[in-house]
Amino acid sequence: MSFLELQNITKIYPNGTKAVNETSLNIENGEFVVFVGPSGCGKSTLLRMIAGLEDITNGEISLDGNIINKIDPSERDVAMVFQNYALYPHMSVFNNMAYGLKNRGISKEEINNKVNDVAKLLEIDQLLTRKPSMLSGGQRQRVAMGRAIVRNPKIFLFDEPLSNLDAKLRNQMRLEIKRLQRQMGVTSIFVTHDQTEAMTLGDRIVVINNGVVEQVGTPKEIYSKPNTKFVAEFIGSPQMNLFNCKIENGIAHIADMKINLNNSTNLDDATLGIRPDDILISDNGKHSCVANLVEYLGSDMIIYSKIGDQEFSCKLSSKINLNSGDTFKFDISGTSVHLFDNTTGSRV
Amino acid sequence: MTKYISSTINHFILSIGLLIMVVPIWIIFASSTHSSLFINTNGLQFFLGDNFIDNYSRVLFKQSGFFNEITALKMFFNSFVMATGIATLSVITSLMAAYGLVYFKVKYATFIFWLIFITLLVPLELRIMPSYIVMSKLNLVNTFAGLILPISASAIATFFFRQFYKSIPDELLEAAKLDGTNSFRFFIDFLIPLSKTMIAAVFIFMFVFGYNQYLWPLIMTTSEQYWTVVMGLKTMYGSIADRFAFVIMSMIPPVIIIIFLQKLFIQGIFQNK
Repeated sequence: MSFLELQNITKIYPNGTKAVNETSLNIENGEFVVFVGPSGCGKSTLLRMIAGLEDITNGEISLDGNIINKIDPSERDVAMVFQNYALYPHMSVFNNMAYGLKNRGISKEEINNKVNDVAKLLEIDQLLTRKPSMLSGGQRQRVAMGRAIVRNPKIFLFDEPLSNLDAKLRNQMRLEIKRLQRQMGVTSIFVTHDQTEAMTLGDRIVVINNGVVEQVGTPKEIYSKPNTKFVAEFIGSPQMNLFNCKIENGIAHIADMKINLNNSTNLDDATLGIRPDDILISDNGKHSCVANLVEYLGSDMIIYSKIGDQEFSCKLSSKINLNSGDTFKFDISGTSVHLFDNTTGSRV
Repeated sequence: MTKYISSTINHFILSIGLLIMVVPIWIIFASSTHSSLFINTNGLQFFLGDNFIDNYSRVLFKQSGFFNEITALKMFFNSFVMATGIATLSVITSLMAAYGLVYFKVKYATFIFWLIFITLLVPLELRIMPSYIVMSKLNLVNTFAGLILPISASAIATFFFRQFYKSIPDELLEAAKLDGTNSFRFFIDFLIPLSKTMIAAVFIFMFVFGYNQYLWPLIMTTSEQYWTVVMGLKTMYGSIADRFAFVIMSMIPPVIIIIFLQKLFIQGIFQNK
């Protein structure tokens, strides 16, 4: 039995909206799992159901062997970091962190030790007497983390905790969250709509769309073998190129371009996906196109072009000399493409 | 230069406002330090006289009323008890009512709230007969409880607290829940400290409201022992100097309350969190 088990979880709001549909998931002890998906896909609802802040319409959640459906959030022994931190504005940083411990009847001395230890770990030991309103965004973030850590819960739940920080601080906190999670080995679930956060943080990623789990896997699996068209499009930056095509005897026809897939597939209505960095540009490439637009990103550049009337992009080292309007030659290897059946949307 | 002019104009306007408010009070105060005879012959006074201690101590300790059963000092005590009682109870009842309406999943909470709010259309003067009958059936005529209870629930205070609670983000309650708090502790540990400034503002409003009550204590009390300051002002004293002294003294309790709670009061009124 897994540490946290979700079985056929469904959430229907009173107004009839189905936020989560028949979701099942097993999470092992010590794992760092990231829920990722576009906004409104139900990932936060799922997290809040695990926390107990949202009723479960159908299904069962069990934590550490006990079914927790009906257990009050205060008894579940989970800690959550909220998007807007939800620090207690009238309490000092120390009291913010100590409040949960006080409610559990822990002795003053022990509370002191625990809070001070965690404050040192997060480098906020200088701020313990301040009120949240006197802290910067990054500091508030740390306090919110500290409040969760100090309770030593069974699970950490993160609800988009980095989205209110500026880019630089976000990267820094991301690394720190990863480091802390490794160090403490506490099972964690992190909700985000940012795929970079998902890829870098998670041991496993759960891609959710419209209340349904599209794919569960390691970041590598998700990236290299997306199960559905949605996952293929959602993960990876720049986005994967998707071409509508017809496949006859293992040869994909995109406009007048032919790509040999080295198999014997036959599909009338298919989508062929190619990551922008899997398009290999070379002087003796088989295909050629005109670069409509070149975006310079420093070490890389992105070229936007068209095959027939379908747009695509490719990413290459900016050492290559190519300007808008130039014609370039490229190859696409049949082994690096992803094939989806358009009728089911799933991988072939 | 324009800055200098506009600030001069501002100060000029403010000074006029200040004079309009302060001068009448000063004239009453200055006159109250002269003897009645002197005022009767020379009119209102702008400068202090030398009967201050005489007049004020006579007013404070003189037995007065129709049956000479009460002193001004006792009236101050009565008014203070009544005003404090009304203010304290209003704060407590409206805090709790707002808490119930906002944080518990009460069916028709909005409807119930508007029902409470509609009571503003029925001020005490309108329901004075039924209120009196209820109090008299409860044997509360001529008691402080009778003076306080019928005016100790405030719809407007409930409204203030409700709006304030609605502006507190839900995440605060959720975070507190995960930290193991229950409904009662959330009220004590979060809502009360967070509404501290609003409590001060409501307390001052209700204190002044209670202190200014005239009709209700007039009807509820048959014994002079329960007369309040405002009732005293009406039935007070023959000599003009004594009346002036009493008027000045009657202003002191609300002013003291405001001075003490001023800082919180202003924060409470302008709270825009």
